[in-house]
Amino acid sequence: MPLLEVNNLRVDLPVEAGTLHAVRGIDFHVERGEMLCLVGESGCGKSMTSLALMGLLPRKARLTADRLQFDGIDLTMLSERRRSDLRGARMSMIFQEPMTALNPAYTLGNQLCEGLIRHRGVSRQEARERAIYLLERVGISAAKDRLNQYPHQLSGGLRQRVMIAMALMCEPDLIIADEPTTALDVTIQAQILRLLRELQQEFGTAVIFITHDLGVVARIADRVAVMYAGEVIESAPTPALYANPAHPYTRGLLSCIPAPGKTPPGSRLQAIPGVVPSLVGHVEGCAFRNRCPQAQPTCERTPPLMSLSGDHRARCHYADRPVPAPRPPETIS
Amino acid sequence: MNAQPITEVAESRPLPSDSASVSRAVTPALELCGLSKTFTLGGGLFKRGRTLGAVSNVSLRIPRGQVMGLVGESGCGKSTLAKMLLGLTTPSDGDVLVDGRPVRGADQKALARHIQPIFQDPYSSLNPRKRIAQIVGLPLRVHGIGTPREQAAHVAETLDVVGLPRRAAEQFPGQLSGGQRQRVAIARALVMRPDIVICDEPTSALDVSVQAQILNLLLDLKAEFGLTYLFISHDLAVVEHLVDRVAVMYLGRIVEEGTREQIFGSPRHPYTRALLDSALTPEPGLGVPDIGLGDATPDPSDPPAGCAFHPRCPKAQATCRQQRPRLEDIRGDNARVACHLA
Repeated sequence: MPLLEVNNLRVDLPVEAGTLHAVRGIDFHVERGEMLCLVGESGCGKSMTSLALMGLLPRKARLTADRLQFDGIDLTMLSERRRSDLRGARMSMIFQEPMTALNPAYTLGNQLCEGLIRHRGVSRQEARERAIYLLERVGISAAKDRLNQYPHQLSGGLRQRVMIAMALMCEPDLIIADEPTTALDVTIQAQILRLLRELQQEFGTAVIFITHDLGVVARIADRVAVMYAGEVIESAPTPALYANPAHPYTRGLLSCIPAPGKTPPGSRLQAIPGVVPSLVGHVEGCAFRNRCPQAQPTCERTPPLMSLSGDHRARCHYADRPVPAPRPPETIS
Repeated sequence: MNAQPITEVAESRPLPSDSASVSRAVTPALELCGLSKTFTLGGGLFKRGRTLGAVSNVSLRIPRGQVMGLVGESGCGKSTLAKMLLGLTTPSDGDVLVDGRPVRGADQKALARHIQPIFQDPYSSLNPRKRIAQIVGLPLRVHGIGTPREQAAHVAETLDVVGLPRRAAEQFPGQLSGGQRQRVAIARALVMRPDIVICDEPTSALDVSVQAQILNLLLDLKAEFGLTYLFISHDLAVVEHLVDRVAVMYLGRIVEEGTREQIFGSPRHPYTRALLDSALTPEPGLGVPDIGLGDATPDPSDPPAGCAFHPRCPKAQATCRQQRPRLEDIRGDNARVACHLA
């Protein structure tokens, strides 16, 4: 049984103009100890998905799901109290901006130990010892002194290391990391990603890693789910997704980043024309069809989730057809 | 805290037309000569503040029609450098030469005619209460170019050039997508028909699918108008795609500068190498490389002695801790590097 199973998850938000369908019936699962990357552009619903899993959706949001099961526990049926027992103890979260996620008024020691004391009922001393151990594991020197420091006394990279240590305090089964390295410099990003991957494999923690960066995904993910307009449009083991992207949107995303050694410098990049459709109101048919180079009249109908080889699925009427030759890139007069 | 003078005399500033440049007969479109900016932190009536060398002794030449990439981590001085070029902050020392003529301090308006910016965030760099036509036309009104009728025609033409529909002219920024807003920012920069455009992270706030559209547009416009770009970015894949030359900045100084092939093909400064290693290209199976740097980012107001990079450098030696390496063209191949070990 997978650690997390999500079937037909929907998140609706009331907005002025009607209802925003932020997440539109997504399916995915996470195995124990694996790194699943949720990748997509802004507004695709990836952050809403993570908040839904953590039970941290805005109050007015409406969540429905055929199945939302974490280690056999039905998350949709849990009381808020039971939910918060899970949060931090068995599933924890790493946010993009550690400065806003850490409380500026409490010492790092306080914030690191709080969860362990609350969830596991250990003594303050035991909690401190684990905090020191984990701070050392995430590569922070003078860990003991750091416990008495405040978040503002650390650099961005160090704060994100503290967040990783904090997420690991109760040895959770699942960590949800929402763009944890987007705000960092590239050199620091590489170090943090390396660390996260190492610890994840060592502790056997499952991670849902949310990002928009296909470079990061390629380097750390076991499996990938690509989101577009509130749907998972393709999911596959990482090598398969990069070798044989089946959805036109995935192909588009991959071809619009310049690949050193492949894309001739100064040449035109394959852009995806147009913009993401509005998710307010009812969305009919394939949400990508207005931007899709291969769209057919069939695409007015909602595409099925097609099973390709193995664990590779794509939501496209033509996912199992050979890839057409690329169109000549559009020119601006 | 003792205040250290930031601009040292040891590194002699290259003159605008030193012997080496005489052979290169063409005057560069943009030249920076020993440009520095120091800020004073803290201090008061009886206490001297600390000085912070945000940009120290930067010299660069950008030939006409070329793209110079400027890369480095946050806080390295990239944006301060851009602000000086745009006349938004006064250099503490050094000169900016446009077409070989110094424009220091004197006439900010004149500078704006030649150099225009495109900023990172198209959400905050456009006035939400003005219509697109007013935003794009503002530089023309400020400089008093043409009659209102001519200005309107020129704005419409510029909107065409950047691929915006004519109807966008009457809309507000809030009605446009991120990519369209960035096109507005580009139109505003181009309406003055500048020679030089400073692109400060022009695509970082955009989604990748939109980023490609904007990069294509920047390349088209460069070809069409013979523009010269200073392209500031932390995205090395984008930089490699777009630029002719690259300058790498660390803690306010250029540590390496050369052609795209030189920098991306055979980087010589350990910092450049680390930057390139940490760029994660979409190639599965490679994992995340160990770039061998500490993340102890140094304090710009208290830079390390010697080579500023030595506390993070995996190869640092005794010399690196004592002596600051000079930015030099060691091999005579028109590439400069500031490293004792290069």
